Amino acid sequence: MYRTLIFLLLMVLWVIFSGQFDAFHLGLGVLSAGFVTWISSDCWFEDRQRGLGARLTEAWAMAGYTLWLSWQVVVANFHVLYLSLHPRSLELLKPRVVLFKTTLKSDFAKYVFANSITLTPGTVTIMIMDDQFLVHAISRKTAEALPGEMEARVAAAFDNHHKEEAG
Amino acid sequence: MILNLLSVVLIVAGLVFFFGASVGVLRFPDFYTRMHAAGKGDSLSSVLILAGFAVQQLHDLSLGSLLVAAKLMAIGVFIALTSPTSTHALMEAGYDDGMKPWGHGKGGESQ
Repeated sequence: MYRTLIFLLLMVLWVIFSGQFDAFHLGLGVLSAGFVTWISSDCWFEDRQRGLGARLTEAWAMAGYTLWLSWQVVVANFHVLYLSLHPRSLELLKPRVVLFKTTLKSDFAKYVFANSITLTPGTVTIMIMDDQFLVHAISRKTAEALPGEMEARVAAAFDNHHKEEAG
Repeated sequence: MILNLLSVVLIVAGLVFFFGASVGVLRFPDFYTRMHAAGKGDSLSSVLILAGFAVQQLHDLSLGSLLVAAKLMAIGVFIALTSPTSTHALMEAGYDDGMKPWGHGKGGESQ
């Protein structure tokens, strides 16, 4: 039942994106949707017990977080532009590797946090070891800002709904 | 006219950020700092350029052109999701391989 739903969802996406209704293209769609369902349907919804309401709350929190993150991405790009075009950019760079502990619990929240760190000004996640984050920061200022406001926002948007998985 | 202007502004902004990223990749001192430039410069500039293309599509407003615009934006979403993941994979590979970060230590080499 669950797999059929995932397959249908993928198939609808395929039809929308392909816009071709002949047997060949639909056949390709069935093959690829089937393959993706086969290899990955288990990872789509880890916890299938949660209701629609909880999912919608999560989607809403995610939308808010995405907006905030988009703004951070714009800031990050101006930062890179400034650093790379500055005549003495080597003097502005003070790279360092930072290790810190995160309070985030769920894997998904950690994943979002790691990708957000990479997308925002002056920091790139090197690796996650359980609850330790290894981050490369391009200057002292960006290093000191870690984990900071972003971790709180990720926790508010993604971790609260996973409290039952904590520990 | 206004659509054209908006689309050109978006595409040019994307190109400026791409330029910054490329210059950064060339000028920054080591592997890690170059990844900073490559990883961040890509995402926003590609999304901006794709948004410019999408705006071009809106000249004749129909279901078909809206669909094309939506597909273009979907590409942008996939880039935004995969770009940091690949940056992170490269960084981890470099770190595992014992790459030393560049610093302001003596001799300008690793600290």
